[in-house]
Amino acid sequence: MSTPEQKYAPGTHPDLPPPFASTGPIKWIRENLFSSPANVTMTFLAIYALYLILPGAFSWAFSDATFVAEDRNECRALNSGACWAFIAQRWQLFTFGFYPPDERWRVVLAFVLLILVVIALLWENCPARKPLLILACVFPFLATWLLLGGFGLEKVSTDQFGGFMLTIVIGVTGIALSLPIGILLALGRQSNLPIIKYACVAFIEFIRGVPLITLLFVASTMLSYFLPPGTNFNLLLRVLIMVTLFASAYMAEVIRGGLQAIPKGQTEAADAMGLKYWQSMRLIVLPQALKISIPGIVNTFIGLYKDTTLVIVIGLLDPLGIGQASLADTKWQGLSSEVYLFVAIFFFISCFAMARYSLYLERKLDTGYKR
Amino acid sequence: MSSNTALQGGGPVTRRNPVSRLWNDKQTRSVIVQIIATVLIFAFFFYMVQNAIANLERLGKDFDFAFLSAPASYDINQHLIEYDSRSSHARAMTVGIINTLLIAVSGIFLATILGFVLGVLRLSKNWLTNKLAHVYIEYVRNVPLLLHILLVHGLLVHSLPKPKQASSVGDVAFLTNRGFFMPKPDPEPLFWIVGVLFVIGLIFTFLFRRYARKVQDATGKIYPVFRIGVIAVVVIPSVAFILLGMPVNWEIPELKGFNYRGGMVIRPEFIALWLALSFYTAAFIGEIVRAGITAVSHGQTEASLALGLPRKRTLNLVVIPQALRVIVPPLASQYLNLTKNSSLAIAIGYMDITATIGGISLNQTGREMECMLIVMALYLTFSLLISTFMNWYNSRIKLVER
Repeated sequence: MSTPEQKYAPGTHPDLPPPFASTGPIKWIRENLFSSPANVTMTFLAIYALYLILPGAFSWAFSDATFVAEDRNECRALNSGACWAFIAQRWQLFTFGFYPPDERWRVVLAFVLLILVVIALLWENCPARKPLLILACVFPFLATWLLLGGFGLEKVSTDQFGGFMLTIVIGVTGIALSLPIGILLALGRQSNLPIIKYACVAFIEFIRGVPLITLLFVASTMLSYFLPPGTNFNLLLRVLIMVTLFASAYMAEVIRGGLQAIPKGQTEAADAMGLKYWQSMRLIVLPQALKISIPGIVNTFIGLYKDTTLVIVIGLLDPLGIGQASLADTKWQGLSSEVYLFVAIFFFISCFAMARYSLYLERKLDTGYKR
Repeated sequence: MSSNTALQGGGPVTRRNPVSRLWNDKQTRSVIVQIIATVLIFAFFFYMVQNAIANLERLGKDFDFAFLSAPASYDINQHLIEYDSRSSHARAMTVGIINTLLIAVSGIFLATILGFVLGVLRLSKNWLTNKLAHVYIEYVRNVPLLLHILLVHGLLVHSLPKPKQASSVGDVAFLTNRGFFMPKPDPEPLFWIVGVLFVIGLIFTFLFRRYARKVQDATGKIYPVFRIGVIAVVVIPSVAFILLGMPVNWEIPELKGFNYRGGMVIRPEFIALWLALSFYTAAFIGEIVRAGITAVSHGQTEASLALGLPRKRTLNLVVIPQALRVIVPPLASQYLNLTKNSSLAIAIGYMDITATIGGISLNQTGREMECMLIVMALYLTFSLLISTFMNWYNSRIKLVER
């Protein structure tokens, strides 16, 4: 509308639109993908890599995949991609292990209760939080009763535990117990009492110096030597103890980092107020120390959760163990990629969720002392 | 007595009760607590040892390391030192130690390189590579290492060709599902000259670097240390190698029966474990590197640029030395983790410490206690060595406060 000849009094010219390439998606692409020759090269390399991987992966996993088949040969005959029929046929084994089929509702019920409890614990504004928190207190006993039976329910031996259920049992127990033990160990390491201190240091450094596998071997082969002759206690329980001790040593180091970051003035002020040791720890030091060690604590949780897969080396059937056992079946040989990817997705979802929650918690508790 | 309590301002002040008097004194209380703790710890160990002795007696076993010299009578498919099934358990253990060290060192090497690349990619301004690195890191960190190892091993064994259809590199190296077969160098007598030149080159470079530092401190003159080093270490020995008429024979692997014979072989178990361990640890190292570099405040870079240092020198002299201080301590614990995680080798049959002395030897001799003690002592030693070395390196690069 406005022609070049049109005259404006100074200051009355209407705003011109910005130059074409300096706004919107074009600006974004120029800045983020093609800002320099090196960047252009990297962009094209990345696009090429994606081109190599994505279409193949997609057709393998979806468009060329078989979802219903009787065995591997039928899968191969039907299509060239993944054989998800295997997973579809065995998902119950992967979930429950060899838990008696008629009693599986108990596992499901325990899991639903666990979810409720976790939601109540993690979400502050959750509806009906009070009763759920009471449920959280009795949950350990309730879940033990549901899973093991007795008192009116049919008894189930821990040998029949397996699959994702076993992972969750070991993971949740380890997570719930390793935090308090880790806190005690960390406080012990910071203690003024030399014997307590060195006992904690020796324990922590020993556990951190050996791989979890050796500890699991100890649990399965050697532990019975150190118990009174004739005692025979459950392999799953032994594994739970070892996994918990292992994680609590790492937890102790993470929390020690947090404790060291709290200025000495805080304890001194607490002392000056007349608080006793445990009071000052509970009310002053630990709330601050735990808050800043949240990322480390959650990382340890994630590590523990992932480490539950190691129980296959002593013969417990976690999802990987079930997978390996199923792969030995001649009907389904050679499908390792499908099995491992399926298990990987399960672990990714659980661990990723934990990591995201820790980020959210960090942001929520960030009271602005950071730069 | 009652007046005394009143004077103390009420409350049950316990002058009367000597036990609680002791308990309320900080010093005596700490002594009491420690005595109780000591007694408990000793009682615990005494109880366990007592039980162990009773159990061993009941099973008719003894506690003896003599089995180490008995023949192991099992085969180990990867041995860098002389070993056969008639060798002793101690020899098998040594092979295991060497295999663990091999996987740990090569894993640390690859993981460090990949980790630094990932860390830099995560900081890159290029949105696409940044996001790709992020996706990779999130995937790898949230999936158990054992799964990665099994997946890579499965892929290698199932997707690589059988020896008969091996894909070859120039008909001298062969990639099969039984391993990667390569020519084996067999040096001729004159080869020692090349070796000596190489060592001389290394020593010369080391001394020259010190000299160049001194000159730079005194006068500001900068020598091209890196280029001169490359000439001394790589170029001169290579030229000598060619001039001497390449004094090395190559033993080329040949297909005999169902497998290749001769040459050198890298077994698929090693490759799978090596790749999985390195790619897994690299994701963690990548995050550490990113955190380290972001921890160096941008003002440092700006100040250095303002002083007229070029970009590359800014990175080498200002940013990286400061970032290293943040990076090294967590990097050390990643190296420790990698070494300990190499024990997962047992899942795919790579014969490391856990699989030899802690696995087959243990099962054959039935000496759980002795074998597990040896295995744990070995891993503790490795951990100690690595953390000592990293502590030394850390103290060398840390901030010297005046």
